[in-house]
Amino acid sequence: MTSYRHHPDRIAALVQDDRVHRDLYLSEEIFALEQEHLFANTWVYLGHASQVPEPGDFVAQEIAGRPLLMVRQPDGAVHVLYNRCAHKGTQLVTDECGNTGRFFRCPYHAWTYKLDGAPLGVPLKNGYEGTQLKACESGQGLSVVRHVKVYRDFVFVRLAGTGPSFEDYFGEVLGAIDNMVDRSPEDKLTVGGGVLRNIVHCNWKMYLENINDTVHPMSTHESATKAAEALWEGHAPSDPKPMAMEQILPFGSGYEFFDKMGGRVFANGHSVLGVNFSIHSNYAQLPEYEAAMRAAHGEERATEILQRSPQNSVFYPSLSVKGSPQAIRVIRPLAANRTLVEAWSFRAAGAPALLFERALSYNRLVFSPMSVVAHDDVHLFESIQQGLRAGGNEWVSLHRNFDVAELGQSTLTTNGTNELLMRNQFRAWAKSMLAGMEAAA
Amino acid sequence: MSSDPRDFAAHEAALLDERRFDDWLALFTEDGHYWVPLLGAAQADPFSHNSLAYEDRLLLQLRVDRLKSPRAHSQHPPSHSQHVLQPSRIEEETNDAVHLRTPFLYIEARGESQILLTGTARHHLVRTPTGWAIRQKRIDLLNAARALPAIQLFI
Ligand code: FES
Ligand SMILES: [Fe+2]
Repeated sequence: MTSYRHHPDRIAALVQDDRVHRDLYLSEEIFALEQEHLFANTWVYLGHASQVPEPGDFVAQEIAGRPLLMVRQPDGAVHVLYNRCAHKGTQLVTDECGNTGRFFRCPYHAWTYKLDGAPLGVPLKNGYEGTQLKACESGQGLSVVRHVKVYRDFVFVRLAGTGPSFEDYFGEVLGAIDNMVDRSPEDKLTVGGGVLRNIVHCNWKMYLENINDTVHPMSTHESATKAAEALWEGHAPSDPKPMAMEQILPFGSGYEFFDKMGGRVFANGHSVLGVNFSIHSNYAQLPEYEAAMRAAHGEERATEILQRSPQNSVFYPSLSVKGSPQAIRVIRPLAANRTLVEAWSFRAAGAPALLFERALSYNRLVFSPMSVVAHDDVHLFESIQQGLRAGGNEWVSLHRNFDVAELGQSTLTTNGTNELLMRNQFRAWAKSMLAGMEAAA
Repeated sequence: MSSDPRDFAAHEAALLDERRFDDWLALFTEDGHYWVPLLGAAQADPFSHNSLAYEDRLLLQLRVDRLKSPRAHSQHPPSHSQHVLQPSRIEEETNDAVHLRTPFLYIEARGESQILLTGTARHHLVRTPTGWAIRQKRIDLLNAARALPAIQLFI
């Protein structure tokens, strides 16, 4: 296998205009370089501020192999620290979340730190007199992630010291988070109901591509949708459906449906699928909720918010948002062939309980390890991961609706089955991988 | 099957392990549910917190029907399960209902891979003219909230 480290030209050559090379998915070296470069140069979703409501609350989360801590400060701010004692490197906490009180105390030799990471105390202090401790890194307290953005309570980090600002990086796709938060008449979301965690034995990019793949549902999900259709047969289209049926049946829509739903791509790999309508568009109306929305946002704005229910909005490279069922998926790569996918549900303040039930139900039906819909997806991702090892053809096709005119464009609106949404991800992949690398090489 | 409800869990698990899913589904009452809480034994209800699965008969029927489809891609090759049960104990009993507690190991094998889950099954059974029926089967996994691979059949 080719070596990629110190060869940015070889990395660039993996992404062609209309196809990508299999090493993107298979190579452990590429994965290591992604951890070092791509996930440092981009803005990666860490967590939601509602996970740390009180001062001292923390969430431990690894990003790109680095253990991090999201911590609520006494003044209400959210800070992100490296979960690494300044002394010898012990992780300050090993619970995935909790409350540390007014300071962190390392379990190994009891060095203490303020909630913002500043050094507080060291036992047997005398032994450090006359040493260099104060002047060197170990005496400065916990390392801090400097580039943190809390956008409407969604917390993102950029690990690299230099790079695009949060607003420049995401641009217009931030409208998808706005839409999700605006669905609360009180402009507030809180994480609720726990997180469903899946281990999928495939490369993370394959999972993220599939979030934009509208050609697969007809064939991939046939077993689940045909079974659902058969069970629902005989009901008039206007019959109220149980929530599960309301959520599963649209997966069986035809090619034309997915083509017409439309898609939009943005610079840096982001996209919105379902700009015209989506599988979430026909959930039952809730008159009281809509009245609350009109009262909060005004007639026009409320209609605009509620009419917009894209299938998926991708915040490349780590987050996928579903505004209508108030659910997100977070992609946490573990190895070239192993990905952790989390599905979180949200409560919208001021909205009826039914909205939260929809989020729970959707995540459970579609993104649980026991999902009735995702088993076929997951099987196929794992099958691709194996299949790509075959010789003969080393390339993965992204030709569908390719048009040379799309090259160099940042924002484009297109039909829903255009593989542009995936090509756009890989173009961004190359850009973020190589940023800083060429200069260093 | 004997009328001693403590024999029920073993009978039910055997139907699953033999892939007799229609016979298994017929054990549920019309309002019966299959529930795998995300917090395991610590979870109070299926509504305030999410679950790995919380399914009524309609959804269970959908699963069973899906498994029969030749286009259930994830069942090429098919999964097989093995329940290893400790003897069931009666937790609560009234005239026409009983709550069983059955610690288990569950192994699901497919191709080269095998997953192992463990926990306690809790059956809420009701007496019917034809024998015991399941009003709820609740699976409290030992570590339900950890990241899991796909679980394809029924624990
Ligand atoms: S490693 Fe933390 S105090 Fe020694
Ligand atoms: Fe899918």
